[in-house]
Amino acid sequence: MRIRTYHELTEADRSGLPEQIGAQRRRVAERLAGVKRIVAVMSGKGGVGKSYVTAHVARALARTGRAVGVLDADLNGPTIPRLLSLPAFQIPHPEGAVTPAVSAEGVRCISMALLLEDGAPLEFKGPSAESFVWRGAMEAAALREFLGDVAWGTLDILLLDLPPGMQRYVELCDILGGAPEVLTVTIPTPESRDAVRRAMRTALDRGSRLVGIVENMVGREFAGTAADDLAKEFAIPVLARVPWHPTPDTWSALGSRL
Amino acid sequence: MKFLCVACDQQMTFEERALPGDGTLAATFKCPKCGRVVAMLTNPMETQLVASLGVEIGGRTVPAQPLETVRKMVTTGRDDAFEDGKRETGNVGWSLDAQERLARVPNFVRGMVKRIYIDYARERGISEITPAIMDSARSELGLEGM
Repeated sequence: MRIRTYHELTEADRSGLPEQIGAQRRRVAERLAGVKRIVAVMSGKGGVGKSYVTAHVARALARTGRAVGVLDADLNGPTIPRLLSLPAFQIPHPEGAVTPAVSAEGVRCISMALLLEDGAPLEFKGPSAESFVWRGAMEAAALREFLGDVAWGTLDILLLDLPPGMQRYVELCDILGGAPEVLTVTIPTPESRDAVRRAMRTALDRGSRLVGIVENMVGREFAGTAADDLAKEFAIPVLARVPWHPTPDTWSALGSRL
Repeated sequence: MKFLCVACDQQMTFEERALPGDGTLAATFKCPKCGRVVAMLTNPMETQLVASLGVEIGGRTVPAQPLETVRKMVTTGRDDAFEDGKRETGNVGWSLDAQERLARVPNFVRGMVKRIYIDYARERGISEITPAIMDSARSELGLEGM
C-alpha cells in the first residue's frame, strides 16, 4: 500500500497553519515597511557593552533629528529602558499595535523591561520539565511580536540590541525573512576578538552587510587589537573607539559614520 | 501536521479542538468520505510548542491581538504594564458576576481578554456579558487557554 506524503495532501485544511505563519510574516513586513534601515547590534561576546553602545548611538542620532527606534532583543537581561532614561511608562491599551515608549530625545523603544515586574525574570506558562525544548521558540515568538506588533511608524533606523551569542540573530533573520545589517561591538582583547569573529562569520554567511566595528572600553585594563584585527580580516571600518568615559561627541561621531 | 484516512486515501478535516486545562490539547479530525473520526492528543510539551508558534490548530477564531503570545504566556508580567481598555463598548454591559470573574484574570492579559469578550457580545447583539456568555465565548472562540 502506498501512503501519500505530507506534501501530496493538498486538500483544504481548516487549521491553515502555513497560512497562519504566512500572516505573521506579512504582519512583520507591513509593520516594518516604514523603517529605512534595520541594524542589529551584536557581538557574540557578553559584557562588551552592546546595549550601552546601542542606547547612546540611538540618542545621538535622535538629537540630529533622525527618527530612531530601539528594539531591546535581550529578552532575559533587558537594559535599554534604563540606558535611554525612559520615564515610567504604561503601554496604552493596544488597538491593532502597541505604542512604544519614547525617550526625551525621541527614541522609540520596546523592551521586556517595560513589561516585567521589577526584578522578575522572564518566565513563561508551560511545562517546567525539559523547558529547553520550547523556551527558545517562545522567545522567538516574543521577538516576532516586538517587531510586528509595535507601532514603529516611519523610522530612519531601527537598532536591535541583541543578547550575547548568535541564537537571537538567527531567529531575527528567520522572522525578517532576510539578514539585517550588523554593527559589531568588541572590546580590545584577543578573547573578545575570537568570539566576535565567529559571530561576524555567521552574520556574513547569513547575508548580513557588516557596517563596521565599535571597539568599546578602550584605554585601560583591556589590552589588545581586536578591532583592527577584525577590520582587516573582514575589510570593514572601525567606526569608533570608545574610551571608558566617552563624551557626547564620541557618540555623535559614531552616529555620523553609521 | 495532516491526517490521512488510509482506507479512503482522503485527507481528514479538522472538526473540534479542546484544551482541558491540564496543559494538553485534544483535536478531532474526520474523514469526509467514510466519516471516521480520530482524535489527536498532545502532551503538555507538544501543546506548548504549538502555542509558541503563535498558531491555532483548527484556525484562528479571533484576529491576532498585539503582543498576544507575550500577554498570554508570560507569567512574570507587571500588573500595570498595560492600560486597561477604555475602548468604546457600545451598549455592552457587564453583570456583577461577570465583572468579578473578569477581575480574576491577571491584569497583564485582562485588557486583551476583555476586548475579545466585548467584540464577541457586540457581534451577536448581546447587551450584557454574563458568566454564561463568557463560557459560550470561551467555548466558541477557543479561549480555554486564557
